[in-house]
Amino acid sequence: MTQSQPLLDVQHLKVDFRTEDGVVHAVDDVSFQVQPGEVLAVVGESGSGKSVTAMTLMGLTRSPNAKFGGSAKLRDLDLVGATDEQLRKVRGKEIAMIFQDPMTSLNPVHRIGAQIVEQIQAHEDVSDAEARDRVVKLLERVGIPRAAERVDSYPHEFSGGMRQRVMIAMAMSNDPSLLIADEPTTALDVTIQAQILHEMRDLRERSNTAIILVTHDLGVVADIADRIAVMYSGRIVETGTLDEIFYDPQHPYTWGLLGSITRIDRERPKRLPSIPGSPPSLLAAPEGCHFRPRCRHEFGDCVKYPQLEGRIPESPGHDDRCWLPVEEKRKRREIAPGQIGLEMEGATA
Amino acid sequence: MVTFVIRRLVAMVFVLFMVSVLTFLIFNVIPNSDPAVQMAGKNVTPQVVEQIRKEWGFDQNIVVQYGKTMQKVFTGELISYNNRVNVVEEIKRGAPRTFSLAIGAALTWLVIGVALGLFTAVRAGKWSDSLVTVLALIGISMPVFWLGALASYYLGYKAGIFPNGGYETFSEGGIGGWVQHLILPWVVLATLFIGVYSRVVRSSVLDTINDDYVRTARAKGLSERRVLVKHVLRNSLIPVVTLWGLDFSLAIGGGAILTETVFDLQGIGQYLAESIRRLDVPPVLAITLFGAFFIVIFNTLIDIVYAFLDPRIRLQ
Repeated sequence: MTQSQPLLDVQHLKVDFRTEDGVVHAVDDVSFQVQPGEVLAVVGESGSGKSVTAMTLMGLTRSPNAKFGGSAKLRDLDLVGATDEQLRKVRGKEIAMIFQDPMTSLNPVHRIGAQIVEQIQAHEDVSDAEARDRVVKLLERVGIPRAAERVDSYPHEFSGGMRQRVMIAMAMSNDPSLLIADEPTTALDVTIQAQILHEMRDLRERSNTAIILVTHDLGVVADIADRIAVMYSGRIVETGTLDEIFYDPQHPYTWGLLGSITRIDRERPKRLPSIPGSPPSLLAAPEGCHFRPRCRHEFGDCVKYPQLEGRIPESPGHDDRCWLPVEEKRKRREIAPGQIGLEMEGATA
Repeated sequence: MVTFVIRRLVAMVFVLFMVSVLTFLIFNVIPNSDPAVQMAGKNVTPQVVEQIRKEWGFDQNIVVQYGKTMQKVFTGELISYNNRVNVVEEIKRGAPRTFSLAIGAALTWLVIGVALGLFTAVRAGKWSDSLVTVLALIGISMPVFWLGALASYYLGYKAGIFPNGGYETFSEGGIGGWVQHLILPWVVLATLFIGVYSRVVRSSVLDTINDDYVRTARAKGLSERRVLVKHVLRNSLIPVVTLWGLDFSLAIGGGAILTETVFDLQGIGQYLAESIRRLDVPPVLAITLFGAFFIVIFNTLIDIVYAFLDPRIRLQ
């Protein structure tokens, strides 16, 4: 992968929301890059700020109560500082987005085809007939049977998986260079999940579209991602390639995340493994490392604010925010020979 | 669709029957409602009253009386007990006046109410929202008889801009005269509803504006205007249609009694009010049926329109 000019360069992105209870630091100093054609998975539990990060790139979090910091450059346009009109031109054309719940993401009162045509015509000057032909081809491409007829169906006549395909077709309609998929498979049946992932992989291979995949499902990540950014409490705590994160995770939170996957190839635990405690309130996060209160490896340095930096000498691309020395991490994360994960009562590994 | 309409029409017959029975019964149990005494007038001998009672059939079985009265409703021979004019002719005279009032006012409050509702929803929390909200509440709170009297007095009697009440048909004064006589009644009747509709539309838009498909519409790169009209408003107007159909059918069936009376439009509502005061059963019965007919018809129409507005709804 060339490190020349990234497609998307996010630097020190901050998103604060003013609420009645105080200021919520939803995204706190997040930096990452996406190369053309690359799939970056952003993983973390609910409330970690991964969705807010994704929506902010689209300008969908803009509101009178939101405050933004840092920058997110799509080639030369800063998405954070862009005017509404600049952003509107990019949305749907350069960056497209697929949302979590396909059941509610389409307007129930308009026909499927019309909703996609609308996006095409928002960016390109094409006739209705031409746009419609394109929509039929797009629907065929994402595997909608009898697309020429179904183009005039209403969303409620489609199943959840079909609607997500429609959303993907819509996202693809202007050949975006970046696709943001916010938990695209969470609301779907497992069998449908695989099909949707297949469509996304297809899209990336065919049009070299970069994908930011927001998810909490590590199975999905392993399937499709090139690189992973693990988010916790508004920050990226670790980022690296798929192999680096899965086989050499550095941050105790990542260990927990990996350890909480139930695996068919291992002995069945008495209880489903989980990380003890719950994520901190984003209104008043703890000082230093945000994972500190839940971390069994906490020590003195943890009250200092950890920078995201490369702490492993032999792999410069792999950054994390844990103060533990690398050797110590490698020793502590092993719960059994060759196994990484959670160390807790009941977890017979 | 056809079966739906047929079923509704059958239901309508039943509703109208029940309405007529209830109306008829109510006037038979109200004290001092003996029509024979009313018709005889003052200072008459009991013999005269008795004679009238026989002549008009008020001594007969109540079921027979009901049947005869209903028969007259449909043959157009229904006669008022009070002044012995033909009730159906009176309704024919009043209906165009009531329709003119109701149609104009209902369109006015729909257009202005929706516009204000959308405006305030988009500016929710800003001072312009608060200002319009206060104005809407004032509009809702002003009684029609008070606002109507003020408008009629200052703009009609004092300033002479508008006629001082009354109604003019097309043949009497042309479209100009017709409109001129109706502007104040339209505005006065619409004021209350503009207030209500702007509030309803505001909350309906605010409910819709955070829906996922609106976010999708924004993510597509549509202009904010298109997002608002095609995606937000289109969905938030669905509940408003029901409300509008009901309010409109009420007004057209004679429900705008106060406005008609204040401006002396002599429509159906005003006729109804006078007839109730005189305990005059035939016009009350006829107008009640007339009103109920429109309410049922409009409810059916609303349901049909609804199915067009929201493709998820199937008529059965």
